[in-house]
Amino acid sequence: MSTTMLRNSTLLRSALRSAVPTTTRVAAFSSSAPIKAQATLPDLPYDYGALEPAISGQIMELHHSKHHQTYVTNYNAARTKMADALQSGDIATAIATQPAINFNGGGNINHTLFWENLAPKSQGGGEPPSGPLAKSIDDHYGSLEKLKEVFNTQLAGIQGSGWCWLVQDNETGALQVKTYANQDPVVGRWHPLLGVDAWEHAYYLQYENKKVEYFKNIWSVINWKTAEKRMK
Amino acid sequence: STTFVRTKVTLPDLKYDYAALEPAISGKIMELHHSKHHQTYVNSYNDAADKLSAASNTGDVVAQIALQPLINFHGGGHINHTLFWENLAPKNSGGGAPPSGELSKQIDSTFGSLEEVKKKFNTALAGIQGSGWAWLVKDTQTGGIGIKTYANQDPVVGQFKPLLGVDAWEHAYYLQYNNRKAEYFTAIWDVINWKAAEERFAKA
Repeated sequence: MSTTMLRNSTLLRSALRSAVPTTTRVAAFSSSAPIKAQATLPDLPYDYGALEPAISGQIMELHHSKHHQTYVTNYNAARTKMADALQSGDIATAIATQPAINFNGGGNINHTLFWENLAPKSQGGGEPPSGPLAKSIDDHYGSLEKLKEVFNTQLAGIQGSGWCWLVQDNETGALQVKTYANQDPVVGRWHPLLGVDAWEHAYYLQYENKKVEYFKNIWSVINWKTAEKRMK
Repeated sequence: STTFVRTKVTLPDLKYDYAALEPAISGKIMELHHSKHHQTYVNSYNDAADKLSAASNTGDVVAQIALQPLINFHGGGHINHTLFWENLAPKNSGGGAPPSGELSKQIDSTFGSLEEVKKKFNTALAGIQGSGWAWLVKDTQTGGIGIKTYANQDPVVGQFKPLLGVDAWEHAYYLQYNNRKAEYFTAIWDVINWKAAEERFAKA
C-alpha cells in the first residue's frame, strides 16, 4: 500500500548532505560525538506509489521505511561503538566494528543514492541522458541500449546480494559498469553515477524470482538527470 | 589423458507437500523456492558442469578456472537446498521434535541446552550481511559441533560437515515475513527435522 503523503521535491534531504540542527555543543570527547555525524533517513522526493508499475508502492514503503531505516539506525550504533573504541584505544574492537560500519554505512550510502537516481515518469524518470554523459555512454558502449544490456547482464550475474553501478574513474574520467557485493559502497578509484539494487527485497514482493523482468522495467524510472549531475 | 563423462543432477522431490510446513513457511514460498530457485541452481549447475567437462577434456585451464565461481555458486546452491529440504519436516512427521541420542548430548555439553543452541544459531542468522546460510556443523578435526555462517551459496565442505542448515536468503522468507526476518528465524524451529541432523551426525 502506498503512502498518500505528498513529497515536495525541494525538501529533499540527503543523509549525506543534511546537518541536523543542534542547540547544544557536544564535547569533543564525549561518546555520543557531534550530532552532525549521525545519519538520518532521507525523505524521498516522490510518493511511495509514484514509481509504479516499475516498482510497487508496497516495496518502496518497506524498502525505505524499514530496510533503509535499519541501515541508518545500525550505522549510528556502529559509529558510536567505533568512536568509543578509538577514543579508548581499543584497537581490536575498532577493527571488529569495521564490518558493521561497512555494511550499514554502505547500506545508507547506497540507498540514499538509489532514491535520488529514481524518479517518476512525471519527473523525468526514464528519459534518456543528454550532454557529456550521453556522449560518454556512446563513446564507451556505442549506445544507451548497449549500456543497458551490459548493465543488466552484470545485474543478472550477481551471486547473492549486491548492486550494479555505472561508475566513473576518478583518474581517467572513463565509464565502467561494476557490481558490488552486499552493501559495499562505491569508494576509492571510482565514484558512483547510477545504481540499481539487486537485493531480493528490492523486487521480490512484485517480481518474485523473475528478477530479469525487474531489471528490464526499472529503466523506465531511472533518473538520468541525477547521473548527469554526478558526472565529473 | 582421461575423458570425463558425467550424469546430470536433478531436482530432488520434497518428502512433503508445499503447504505442509505452514504456518512456519508458506506454501507459496515453498513452491517458488523449490520449483524455481532450486531448479535454477540445478539447471545452471548442469550447464556449468558440461562446460567444465569440455574445458577439462581440451586441457583449457583458463576456462576451467573461469568456470569455478559458477560451479561453486550453482553447485553449492543445489547442495544447500537439497540438505535444507531434508532437514525440514511437517510437525506430523517430526518437525520441531527435539533431538535425541548422541547429537542431543553434544548439544547439551557444547551449548548447555537446546534453547541455547537455537539462540546462538538465530544470532548467527541475524548477523549475516547479505545472502547466506547458517549451519550447525561437525568439526572433523575435533569431533565437536559448532555454528557457522556461509555467504551466498558457499557449501559446507572441507574441515566441517553440515548437520542442519537454515536458508537466510530473502527469497526464503520475504513473501511471508517481509523484512521481519527474526520472526522467520524463530518460527522455522517448528519445522526443523532433527532426525536428519542426527543421521548426519552419526555418518559425519
